[in-house]
Amino acid sequence: MSDSSPTLAAHQPGLQHHFATMEQQTDASVMGMWVFLVTEIMFFGGMFVGYMIYRYMYYGPWLEGSQHMDFWWGTINTAVLLCSSLTMALGVRASQLGQRRMLVTFLLITILFGLGFLGIKSIEYHGHWVDGQFPGANFRFSGPNPAQVELFFSFYWAMTGFHALHVLIGIGLVTYVVYRSWKGAYGPDYHNPVENVGLYWHFVDIVWIYLYPLLYLISHKHLSG
Amino acid sequence: MTTAAVPMRERENYLNQEYGIKSWLLTTDHKRIALLYLLSITFFFFIGGFFALLIRLELLTPAGDLVQADTYNKLFTMHGQVMVFFFLIPAVPAVLGNFLIPIMIGAKDLAFPRVNLLSWYIFILGSALMLYTILNGGVDTGWTFYTPLSTEFLTTNVVAAAMAIFVVGFSSILTGLNFIVTIHRLRAPGMTWSRLPLFVWANYATSIIFVLGTPVLAISLALVGLERMFHLGIFDPRLGGDPLLFQHLFWFYSHPAVYVMILPGMGVVSEIVACFSHKRLFGYRFMALALIAIAVLGFLVWAHHMFVAGISLYAALIFSFFSYMVAIPSAIKVFNWTATLYKGSISYTTPMLYAFGFIGLFTMGGMTGLFVAALGVDVHVTDTYFIIAHFHYIMVGGMVMAYLGGMHFWWPKISGRMYPEGWGKLAALLIFIGFNLTFFPQFILGYMGMPRRYWQYSPEFQVLNVLSTAGASILAVGYLLPMVYFLWSMRYGKIADDNPWGAAGLEWMTTSPPTTSNFDEIPTVTWEAYNYDQLTEVPVERQ
Amino acid sequence: MFEHFPFWPARASTSAGQVDALFIFLLLLCGLVCLAIFALIIVFALRYRRRAGHQAEHIEGSNALELTWTVVPGCIFLCIFVWGAYIYFQERTPPEGAADVYTVAKQWMWKFQHEEGQREINELHVPVGRDVRMIMTSQDAIHSFFVPAFRIKQDVLPGRYTTAWFHATKPGTYHLFCAEYCGTMHSGMIGDIVVMEPAQYQAWLSGGGSTLPLAATGEKLFSELGCSTCHRSDMQGRGPNLVGLFGKPVLLEDGRTMIADENYLRECIQNPTLRIPKGYKPIMPTFQGLVSDEQLNALVAYIKSLKQSQPKQAAGSSVAAASQQPPATQVH
Ligand code: HEA
Ligand code: HEA
Ligand code: HEC
Ligand code: CUA
Ligand SMILES: [Cu+2]
Repeated sequence: MSDSSPTLAAHQPGLQHHFATMEQQTDASVMGMWVFLVTEIMFFGGMFVGYMIYRYMYYGPWLEGSQHMDFWWGTINTAVLLCSSLTMALGVRASQLGQRRMLVTFLLITILFGLGFLGIKSIEYHGHWVDGQFPGANFRFSGPNPAQVELFFSFYWAMTGFHALHVLIGIGLVTYVVYRSWKGAYGPDYHNPVENVGLYWHFVDIVWIYLYPLLYLISHKHLSG
Repeated sequence: MTTAAVPMRERENYLNQEYGIKSWLLTTDHKRIALLYLLSITFFFFIGGFFALLIRLELLTPAGDLVQADTYNKLFTMHGQVMVFFFLIPAVPAVLGNFLIPIMIGAKDLAFPRVNLLSWYIFILGSALMLYTILNGGVDTGWTFYTPLSTEFLTTNVVAAAMAIFVVGFSSILTGLNFIVTIHRLRAPGMTWSRLPLFVWANYATSIIFVLGTPVLAISLALVGLERMFHLGIFDPRLGGDPLLFQHLFWFYSHPAVYVMILPGMGVVSEIVACFSHKRLFGYRFMALALIAIAVLGFLVWAHHMFVAGISLYAALIFSFFSYMVAIPSAIKVFNWTATLYKGSISYTTPMLYAFGFIGLFTMGGMTGLFVAALGVDVHVTDTYFIIAHFHYIMVGGMVMAYLGGMHFWWPKISGRMYPEGWGKLAALLIFIGFNLTFFPQFILGYMGMPRRYWQYSPEFQVLNVLSTAGASILAVGYLLPMVYFLWSMRYGKIADDNPWGAAGLEWMTTSPPTTSNFDEIPTVTWEAYNYDQLTEVPVERQ
Repeated sequence: MFEHFPFWPARASTSAGQVDALFIFLLLLCGLVCLAIFALIIVFALRYRRRAGHQAEHIEGSNALELTWTVVPGCIFLCIFVWGAYIYFQERTPPEGAADVYTVAKQWMWKFQHEEGQREINELHVPVGRDVRMIMTSQDAIHSFFVPAFRIKQDVLPGRYTTAWFHATKPGTYHLFCAEYCGTMHSGMIGDIVVMEPAQYQAWLSGGGSTLPLAATGEKLFSELGCSTCHRSDMQGRGPNLVGLFGKPVLLEDGRTMIADENYLRECIQNPTLRIPKGYKPIMPTFQGLVSDEQLNALVAYIKSLKQSQPKQAAGSSVAAASQQPPATQVH
């Protein structure tokens, strides 16, 4: 038991007892992360499929719902998230090169961007809430087909809500990695956790890259055209 | 290979290396985690079984007299949820798979030992939620959670139950992820894919389903929870939400999940049949391929649960067609097991009796799957006891038998002791008889038209229901027996050899029980799986 | 076959025989295959049991055999699939001219209304030898209409119509079960299907006092609710002319084409702006919440009765005249 206790490798980046080589260990953990991301795709996939089906069934209300998205906040948030992915990538690179200080800096900026994203999202959420665009008893909508518009907002809240939750978890993970890198846990030969957290961060980013056009863009364009 | 003379106590192994609660609760040893799972799921099996007995007692008479209607609805709901999510899905993978996969492929542990422990804790968290649900008055959605009933019309602990299953789902996901990475990355030198035991293949196929399917269940249950808590109306028909959307999402996972509840059992049975025929499995490559084919095709048939739900005619045709396609690999497996017996050297040990039981009952259950996949017949029998019988034949007659067979087969390895063979055979026989008496009448009931989830029924169905209840009580005794003698054998059982059955496979080349790191030295594999031609048979008397 | 076998459901519709035939075929086929497999297992197990002086023979496998037991079951499965699909196809395709029975399911009862206007609860009278089509909807959870003696079953969903049909062949009283779990008294949501000789049935129909035919009720509603102000058969209304609409394809504003079946009509009344026929403005007010499921049924029945050639066929001329008058209450 003692040789595989959770504290193993806590201070010393190193080989866990059940791996033969460092390479095997790295391969395993990268593969583990990819498999995990597949499960995440399936998780969000359920909602995307539902969105598509209803969009086909209730095209009008879906258009109507999109008009209530805040185009500018959405666009700014997309930019924020893309920047965070960039700093994340730079952070991973710094860890590969063994630049501890750069690594910590980049990751901290990433966290800031993440928080910024959530901040903007909460401004939007607040707006929707005040405007009575949260489904349920307080939902207010005066145009035609209020029910189907409410359905659109259900999707909006569920999809962006789960996405925001993922950003939050991502921030937690990055914070942990910052703490570990501060302690000097990662160097040129061992930076696997940074890479994995980076993969996760990019994934969360990509989910937004799908959410943004589906919720904010398609219908705006449609109306102006 | 047999170093039986040395008494077990003197050898260091994973059980006696350390004692104390902490050494168990913080362990990252896959074998200890397997035992933690064993305890947890056994607990839930008896809870689920207890509900089943109450169901059967209520159905003794046509009138609803033993319990209230609402109570009955809670009983079958929680029976289904507990048995499926807290017993049968983790049964073989999380217990036997956890214990055996690293040893079978010549690894010291799973790829992520701490994730493995985490997955058990997640399981416990889910269990706590489920127990909370049960003790707080239960839940009556049916194990399928169909909307809008679950989202709008019930006042029971729907959110807690959905959360419980949402949470254990993540335990399955992590287990599957761990298995996939382990099997890809940690095989011993020389352990090529074509040398893997079929048990490993089976768990690999299972893991694919865990990873691809479980998240979809997670999101659908999460949406049900959100709908109840915050009125997000994703499935709400009043908002134009489609009640069938939930069914699609649910079955997209839950049909593949039924294969989670059979593939590992097929793996177990393959090991047992090869061992007690003392012979390489007939058609090894086809057996492995069939496992993967079932896992993949299993994702294309989900709407066969919805033939009368209001899906379009063409959708129904497609899903019926694929249901037949997925039956073909199952047929391949049954024929190959049978062919393995041919010219073997067959001994009738307890595990082998269970394997025979599995093959017979799975074949019957699977063939009734052919009945219900036939569109015209399904319209009549869906949501009747015919379906109940169909899946209990596979899940109880098949998978529970395989699980028990596996427990007996590997018990010497797990505990270092032999179970009492005579009692083992008696229990196997009781279970077989009790099982058929319980569930065969339900086929007839179903065709006669008795709907499922009925608290009271019309009197003409009574005779068969009484038979079924009688069978269930025999079954209960049959299941209690192994519990008792396994516990007994941990103390008084004969000390087991390293390889008491003369079986092939790396797990039999290490000590019984294995040491914490499984092998003193990682073996280099130079032989095919099931190389029984190079092993001596254990004569019947010595087994 | 099996007419008097105690463990066999009564067979009282045209599709029952078909389902039974496939079922019995499957029983025989699977029974035989099962027996063959079990026999092989038992024979092998006995013949090759472990004993002194007997050794296992090591056999790798056989591609020819594998191919056989992949292809042969595969072909058999295909046959079963086709047979099953054929029956299903018939069960799903109601014949022309079936009598409609409008059904509203709710926790935990069945409400039926005949075209002729009779209402029934948990009991449905139908004549022998007529095609009957159930047009069903639910007011709450999902239910399922199940008559074992007819071998038919169809889930009943909230917010839309689902349909099933049967052709009863034998007088008698048969079980009606709700087969989809729907809450506390799911098992109490049962009733009787009473199949009668046509003459008896006629007597039963006229025995219930004078009831207005469903389409006529619909016509009355049509004017009371103000539908007739916009939907006029003289093409002068602001809304489309509904005469002859039923069953025809409708081209919509967004380019889709939909068939004007019962579900389409229902949706048009409840959510008019979701489907706008080409050339019209979305000015029709929604009637969701203003009309009950029963009233919807009547409206649908009325619109269905507006045939092209004789538009006033279904309703009495006095009622038809009423529809030309301005409505008593303005809805919007
Ligand atoms: C472990 C679980 C398990 C397994 C393996 C299966 C396997 C199969 N199931 Fe089953 N099924 C369930 C568990 C399972 N099922 C459950 C839990 C439900 C109900 C859920 C609920 O509603 O609550 C269900 C319901 C269910 C339905 C929906 C019924 C309904 O509600 O209307 C259908 C319909 O197609 C179906 C079909 C099949 C088929 C075709 C197979 C096939 O994979 C079977 C293949 C096996 C064989 C066919 C046997 C071996 C073959 C031979 C020996 C070949 C020779 C034979 C011939 C040539 C005839 N199942
Ligand atoms: C997955 C596994 C699984 C297993 C193992 C079982 C096992 C059993 N099941 Fe279950 N069953 C389901 C899964 C399972 N079932 C599902 C998914 C449903 C559908 C639910 C739904 O409709 O939503 C169902 C539904 C179901 C019904 C239909 C209820 C209805 O529709 O109204 C019935 C009725 O007979 C039944 C019976 C049994 C019996 C007799 C057993 C027996 O095999 C059980 C034998 C075990 C024991 C008897 C335990 C012995 C223990 C003791 C005697 C100790 C007493 C206990 C304590 C002191 C705590 N089951
Ligand atoms: C204010 C006028 C108005 C009233 C009142 C009105 N409708 Fe309409 N109806 C329309 C218009 C305009 C359309 C076409 C645009 C649309 O679908 O919204 C229409 C479309 C329809 C359609 C679809 C027709 C097609 O060709 O596809 C049906 C069916 C229908 N109405 C039935 C009714 C019924 C039943 C009522 C009364 C309960 C009713 N209408 C009341 C104006 C009206
Ligand atoms: Cu209505 Cu069950
Ligand atoms: Cu299925």
